[in-house]
Amino acid sequence: MDLAGLTIAKARRMIQAGELSPVQLVDAVNASIEKTDPQVGGYLSRDYERARAAAEKADTKLPLGGIPIAIKDVINVEGDPCGCASKILQGYTSPYDATVIKKLRAAGAIPFGRTNMDEFAMGSSTENSAMQITRNPRDPERIPGGSSGGSAAVVAADEALASLGTDTGGSIRQPAALCGCVGLKPSYGRVSRYGLVAFASSLDQIGPFTHTVEDAALVLQAIAGHDPLDSTSLDVPVPDYSANLNDGVKGMKLGVPKEYFVDGMDPQVATRVREAIEVYRGLGAEIVEVSLPHTKYAVADYYIIATAEASANLARFDGVRYGKRAEAPRDLADHYGRTRGEGFGKEVKRRIILGTYVLSSGYYDAYYLRAQKVRTLIRRDFEEAFKQCDGLLSPTSPVPAFKIGERMADPLQMYLADIFTIAANLAGICAISIPCGEAEADGKKLPVGLQIMAPGFEEARLLRIARAYESAASC
Amino acid sequence: MSAPQLDVRYVADLVRLKLTDEEIAELQPQLDHVLSYIAQLNEVNVDGIEPTAHASAVYNVFRADIPRDCFTQEQATANAPHSGSGLFLVPKVLES
Repeated sequence: MDLAGLTIAKARRMIQAGELSPVQLVDAVNASIEKTDPQVGGYLSRDYERARAAAEKADTKLPLGGIPIAIKDVINVEGDPCGCASKILQGYTSPYDATVIKKLRAAGAIPFGRTNMDEFAMGSSTENSAMQITRNPRDPERIPGGSSGGSAAVVAADEALASLGTDTGGSIRQPAALCGCVGLKPSYGRVSRYGLVAFASSLDQIGPFTHTVEDAALVLQAIAGHDPLDSTSLDVPVPDYSANLNDGVKGMKLGVPKEYFVDGMDPQVATRVREAIEVYRGLGAEIVEVSLPHTKYAVADYYIIATAEASANLARFDGVRYGKRAEAPRDLADHYGRTRGEGFGKEVKRRIILGTYVLSSGYYDAYYLRAQKVRTLIRRDFEEAFKQCDGLLSPTSPVPAFKIGERMADPLQMYLADIFTIAANLAGICAISIPCGEAEADGKKLPVGLQIMAPGFEEARLLRIARAYESAASC
Repeated sequence: MSAPQLDVRYVADLVRLKLTDEEIAELQPQLDHVLSYIAQLNEVNVDGIEPTAHASAVYNVFRADIPRDCFTQEQATANAPHSGSGLFLVPKVLES
């Protein structure tokens, strides 16, 4: 069977009507991977036999019964590798399921396949993977975005119905925008991070990539909720994310932050987003201009906070309990130094050094403490904006997918790829990217993403706003 | 924030990261560039502003102190590069 256009919702209807079995579905996904992934390179590995065995036993009455879902290589799935696309973790086999995986299984889904990423989720193009290049399904010369580039590409290329990724500064939304699928970053604390290999613990969230907003609601439903094993997951009731999905935006106020249309952004991206805003106006939403005055400091703020947290989190890779170990060390310092020096890639080293520096004695107040204060101001910007509107509309990325290699020489240019997505992580709010048309470059049509942001724990509203555009645009 | 003065070799040593001379030569100007970009945070007036450590203000989360299943010794050491007798083996730290 052809997976093109097959959503979770449609597959579920077919399974329940007896037109499709979970085994047939896993076989179809596997066949699609065999056919397409040699060009895309989205998957690092997969265990077909185990997925097929799970499909044979799948309880099709469950909400995601029999649905295979691809998993970013940073989330632990018992018995699968979890290498974070890093040399330092090659050969590692997860001894346990992350909470999101337990929850997906409880909802009947089948984790199937490990997707490529920037090493330890550090990057915006998936080029920092120590394993392989992932190509944008629309143009093999271009990057899929990152860091969850594999998860985005496999959904966009119809090699998966859905996938999980992680978003620390835009790593779900930006690749979703660049590949042309839906990518949801839940509010901080909405989804458990237990079993996720930590990058920046105060920013990381797990979320889904899907073909439709309806499917994003279905996956979020399965993975959201309090977890005693993650003390930062909040004990807030999980609403029915599908119940009000089609209620529309009539009477809603939607804000357009003026700081999110900047010099240097691709004019076609600006045009597509402006057109999407007009669609919302046509659907009965009132469009208001709002200001998020500290937006321009978000990237600098992020690169202090995220690298500081990363330098602490990555201290655990010491070559003792898991992962690679340098051969024949002279002494303990040599053991640590060479294990880490040989095991980590360039971008990871850059960030560990920057993060260690901003936390070091004499610089802590000037960098880290100041950054945490600026973070307060960024959070307040959103609190003020959400007094004036129900949700915010903006571009997800200032540019469409760029070419492989184009930004690798200049780390700062790469960091600026996340200029519109980073603030949502600093503020802890929820945000989604949905496709809103195309931009043309070198004769190729490249996807453009519309970012919608809503206050923390207002995912139901966020999805409803996203669904309104999606249904209007597909008419 | 003073002018950038990150010494890559020194910081790499602090964080137990052995770099080659080529890596240091590449990283130093890149990180100087990033630090000068980050310096724009100096423009922001943060007088009297409380720092945000976490997006959601949760403090002192406790759970019931009850035993639960955890890894067996075999599971815990299964991924170790060197193990034996159910233990992680490491280079000799103390001289005999």
